[in-house]
Amino acid sequence: MEINLLEQIVIPIIKILFIAHLLIIGVMAMIWSERRVSGWMQDRLGPNRVGPQGLLQPIADGIKFLFKEDLIPNHVDKPLYVLAPAMLLVPAMITIAVVPFGSSITIPGLENPILLQIADINIGILFILAITSLGVYGVVIGAWASNNKYSLLGGLRSSAQMISYELTLGLAIIGVLMLSSSLSLRTIAVEQGAYPWKWNFLIHFPAFLAFTTAMFAETNRLPFDLAEAEQELVAGYHTEYSSMKFAIFFMAEYMNMIVGSAVVVTLFLGGWHFFGLENVGGEGSILAGLISFAIFFIKTGIFLFVFIWVRWTLPRFRYDQLMNFGWKFLLPVTLTSIVVTGTLWVVVKENKQLWIGIGNVVAAFIVVAIVAGMLAMDNNSKSAVQSTPAAAPLRGLDAVE
Amino acid sequence: MEFTLKTFIFYGFALMTIASALAVVTVRNIVHAAFALMVTLFGVAGLYVFLQADFLAATQVIVYVGGILVLILFGVMMTSGRLEMRIHIERGQLLLGGGISLALLMLLLTVIANTPIWKNLTDDGTQLAPTTERIGQLILNEKFLLPFEVVSVLLLVALIGAALISRKEVRD
Repeated sequence: MEINLLEQIVIPIIKILFIAHLLIIGVMAMIWSERRVSGWMQDRLGPNRVGPQGLLQPIADGIKFLFKEDLIPNHVDKPLYVLAPAMLLVPAMITIAVVPFGSSITIPGLENPILLQIADINIGILFILAITSLGVYGVVIGAWASNNKYSLLGGLRSSAQMISYELTLGLAIIGVLMLSSSLSLRTIAVEQGAYPWKWNFLIHFPAFLAFTTAMFAETNRLPFDLAEAEQELVAGYHTEYSSMKFAIFFMAEYMNMIVGSAVVVTLFLGGWHFFGLENVGGEGSILAGLISFAIFFIKTGIFLFVFIWVRWTLPRFRYDQLMNFGWKFLLPVTLTSIVVTGTLWVVVKENKQLWIGIGNVVAAFIVVAIVAGMLAMDNNSKSAVQSTPAAAPLRGLDAVE
Repeated sequence: MEFTLKTFIFYGFALMTIASALAVVTVRNIVHAAFALMVTLFGVAGLYVFLQADFLAATQVIVYVGGILVLILFGVMMTSGRLEMRIHIERGQLLLGGGISLALLMLLLTVIANTPIWKNLTDDGTQLAPTTERIGQLILNEKFLLPFEVVSVLLLVALIGAALISRKEVRD
């Protein structure tokens, strides 16, 4: 077996280094923009002293973290305690390997065009789901190894939440997969084309909302940050962590956000395509490659802004609300979306995408109405029983009030 | 046998799988054992990749590492948050387990000894087609539709049953 050194080793390594560094710089940019945007939304300044507009603040933070004493408490389970931050960071980083961040560049003299993607594997989506499901270990192991009851509570909350919302995450993309009939992220992005009304977020609007919501839950962001609810659990699963280990937990969270946004952009928002710009520079030229990358970058950036925006818009869910929402609303909606998409795909002969889009929204409304009605009936019958506290073990907090 | 990067990575995965599998049965701390089991299952997924069974590898990680093992860990943590949680092994269990392991080992050795072509297994660089589409066709279109549906219904029944049993009854 002959190995083409340049094409099979050098170029992939360059791509890997580029993306890995971009991700780390992206984390720094996110830390800065989260604080500045939060400041802007709350009508204050935010950090603006270190460097122009406070741009060097993340570097200052990083240096501070590095020089802090690396404290390992005596009561922890040392090997797992040290391993946990890495267990969270590694899955966050390797998910990006299958996400296409641009079209391809043809360079004369090379056999194949260079894909702007680290690995275009056939099972891209499954790879992402598999690696995402590993992320829960970092939280659970870290929480348990800390040997602290608040950490453990945070870890338990987080793992229950992640397992519940992983289902929605997986089911929400089935409709997308049905229409593109491929698991490769590149194919899915290419199938959507350049025009926004052909992107999956319109065809599968309920699934798009469900996927985005589930992604917020998977990244433990507000309004789903029960794992680290400061008012209840000190800091949740990373209470016992300090110095760079704490910083790694933090970095992993931001990386998850960036990678999650990139996945949403690829699956639902047309990837690197945008109308009017698809033919600039010609197929495979360096200019076209750069433009496609820029479009992808901007789309991901906009989505990351939504993350911060939501954080300051919605308050945190209560635990029973979280579970109710995941299991009683998101799951039925995504399941119906699969059935509706499949049925309409077979039944409708013309304008399939339009009818599937309409059908999905209508079905989602019906499902939400039915579930809400059932819950209301359930509550009515329960309020009669509520006088006996044992009848509502999960609503103990309400009873105290 | 030529020693390429691929064989190097293969032996890495094999070593990882075996070493962590040993750790699963020897380590006394139950959470450490569960963690080692995760590495084992992950290593097996890596071995599937070398067999070019891409779909199986991804499903292995999703189902076993991401699902079942998390539930095991969850159960362990729910039942005991203490670090001193140890496994106690009785002599009878040791004998029984050792006997079963020995029988299994003999079976595997017989299979290995009776496989005539295993010495010729060298990597000739053949790329098999991705398996996902074929599996989907077989399960949902061709041979195995009925078994697949029957299994789904069975799982659904188990799911509802589990929810019913674990639920605290509310009587009025």
